[in-house]
Amino acid sequence: MPTMNMIQALNDAHKVAMRADEDIVVFGEDAGYFGGVFRVTEGLQKEFGKERAFDAPISENGIVATAVGMAAYGLKPLIEIQFADYIYPGYDQIVSEVAKMRYRTAGEWTMPMVIRTPYGGGIYGGQTHSQSPESLFTHIAGLKVVVPSTPYDAKGLLLASVEDPDPVIFFEPKRIYNGPFSGHHDQPVVPWSKSEGSDVPEGHYTVPLSKANVVREGEALTVLAYGTMVHVARAAMEEADIDAEIIDLRTLVPLDIETIEASVKKTGRCLIVHEAPRTSGFGAELSALVTERCFYHLEAPVERVTGWDTPYPHSYEWTYFPGPARIKAALDKVLAD
Amino acid sequence: MARDEQRSNRPALKLHVPEPPYRPGDTPDYSHIKVPAAGEAPRPDIACDDTETHPLTNHLVRVLDDAGKAVGPWDPKLDPDVLRKMYSDMVTVRIFDDRMYRAQRQGKTSFYMKCTGEEAIAISAAAAMDAEDIHFPTYRQQGLLVYRGYPLVKMMCQIYSNAGDHMKGRQLPIMYSDKEKGFFSISGNLGTQFPQAVGWAMASAIKGDSRIAMGWIGDGATAEGDFHSAMTFATVYQAPVILATVNNQWAISSFNGIAGAEQATFAARAIGYGMAGLRVDGNDALAVYAAVRWASERARTNNGPTMIEFFTYRAEGHSTSDDPTGYRPKEESEAWPLGDPIERLKQHLMANGEWDEERDAALNEEKTAEVRAAQKEAEKLGVLSDQGDEGKETMFEDVYAEMPWHIAEQRDAALKEGK
Repeated sequence: MPTMNMIQALNDAHKVAMRADEDIVVFGEDAGYFGGVFRVTEGLQKEFGKERAFDAPISENGIVATAVGMAAYGLKPLIEIQFADYIYPGYDQIVSEVAKMRYRTAGEWTMPMVIRTPYGGGIYGGQTHSQSPESLFTHIAGLKVVVPSTPYDAKGLLLASVEDPDPVIFFEPKRIYNGPFSGHHDQPVVPWSKSEGSDVPEGHYTVPLSKANVVREGEALTVLAYGTMVHVARAAMEEADIDAEIIDLRTLVPLDIETIEASVKKTGRCLIVHEAPRTSGFGAELSALVTERCFYHLEAPVERVTGWDTPYPHSYEWTYFPGPARIKAALDKVLAD
Repeated sequence: MARDEQRSNRPALKLHVPEPPYRPGDTPDYSHIKVPAAGEAPRPDIACDDTETHPLTNHLVRVLDDAGKAVGPWDPKLDPDVLRKMYSDMVTVRIFDDRMYRAQRQGKTSFYMKCTGEEAIAISAAAAMDAEDIHFPTYRQQGLLVYRGYPLVKMMCQIYSNAGDHMKGRQLPIMYSDKEKGFFSISGNLGTQFPQAVGWAMASAIKGDSRIAMGWIGDGATAEGDFHSAMTFATVYQAPVILATVNNQWAISSFNGIAGAEQATFAARAIGYGMAGLRVDGNDALAVYAAVRWASERARTNNGPTMIEFFTYRAEGHSTSDDPTGYRPKEESEAWPLGDPIERLKQHLMANGEWDEERDAALNEEKTAEVRAAQKEAEKLGVLSDQGDEGKETMFEDVYAEMPWHIAEQRDAALKEGK
């Protein structure tokens, strides 16, 4: 089985999907000839031609809007927004058109499309190359929101997203494109080739949407995470030698509530970790759901470790990023008797 | 606050806020609007370079002269039967609008929007396109559906949000959708459909299809960013699309100067994008037809997109929620120099001996009866104001292809609640 980093896995997913379905078109800024600023769409134009993989003008609004028209025609757009921080000009099209089309027309028109976008911090990206805007999308009925955390999942989830009849916002944690991240920025990065999750089967396979992955079984507490934070949380638990059950949500909406509920009922404690700011972040929804559904099993208040309620800073990257120290501090509260 | 120490003896800057020429109480006089004679505008070859159309973006393509005769190079020389069909559909739209406006006033529905004075635009555009071509309309192109033979009853069912509404009462009245008739789902968000039309046209080109798309926008919404994206993408990819701006002078209470019309025509915006542009008398059914035909042939032969400005006047209020006497003179619509599109086409048919008052009276009677019968039938399926509790579980369907657990739980909770 080939070993791939997340970029290669995503690239491979594109090729598998495009070979199988002639209606898939890929476009975005620099996504054509050059193959994308992160190389995810590399080689697509060469293999599939300019009509199926092409460069787009710098207009997120135009990219999403034309994808809407293409989906209305019957194509399956698999489009790229260069950074999630730049998805906002396309927000009206995503929220008002993409998300609501099936509903407003009672299924007469649907929007089978995938909007891929690199997201998250930990890369000295500053304000506009580090954001995690997932809760702006989980709040919108009609959208599915997916975040992979390994090359294996990235390919399988992307293929499942492309085949899904509903529109998917596919957030790619760019911090872990090349290797998982422990949260210790002062330690060298381990490449995917030396990490779990980088064995990526050739050809077609899918990782089902709305199905969380229990990364590690444990008894002491349940940790809910996604994207980069799966790895950060896992490293923190190992360092603190805690028998945690770590759940990688993989799909935020529709959420795999059964897996979460079963885990928290077992452990009685829950820690939620995400990079996005705290207030109205997706962690708030998770916390509410866990409290509503597992209240009588909880032995401590649900804790959240998140980014601060500030714009993402440049120089204070590691004060902002919810790294191991902050996770360990939260453990003291969650694990208190 | 002005910073006095910096101002020194330089003149104070002034903000220009455009004002319409007339407000309530003024006597409107539109003699300053340049209305070129019918037949004056040249008709370039459909494969011409876009620059050849640039003079036309400051002109006005007109076919019908004051006597109702079709003149000049843009005369589409239509068969009288086609003209009669167009005329009949325009009459139908006006009667339909009047009935539905009244239905709203009677409390049978929440909302309605007429297209009075703009009937020629949608009807003629529909006539000039192929039935398989698609439209991405705004909320004021009901004529497209009427021309394409969409049942009036179904339009009304949508307006009443009743059991016959295939969108299950989810959309505001008049936000029709019909895939089969090539009428894309209308959205309340202005401008969004303009670049979507471009995307559809790109898809048609990607697949080597022969169908084209037409996107619609009003003068006010051209100020949206979507207008710019549509124009950019259409030219970059030479998409087989017609982009139509219906300049009816008003965006609710804002005259089109607030959208930028004081400085340049809307058609002139095509120039900067490298797109062919035409400015057309929107109350001249033949000119509208000819322009759309020209642009559609241009698009169909891979010669690229065209932006058409239809110059017209919104003869009535913006919607049933609007009272135009609050911002413009009552008499303005009569003072409008391009007249009434229905009257002008009628005059043309009569001038050619293809129509007479007797047939006209019969047509009006027939269409009134048709609309009335459709209304009766639609109302059998219910009106908004007497909508019951039945079927409220459908509110939770179609958010996704399959209902996820959280929505199913909410549906069950809603069903347990009283009304």
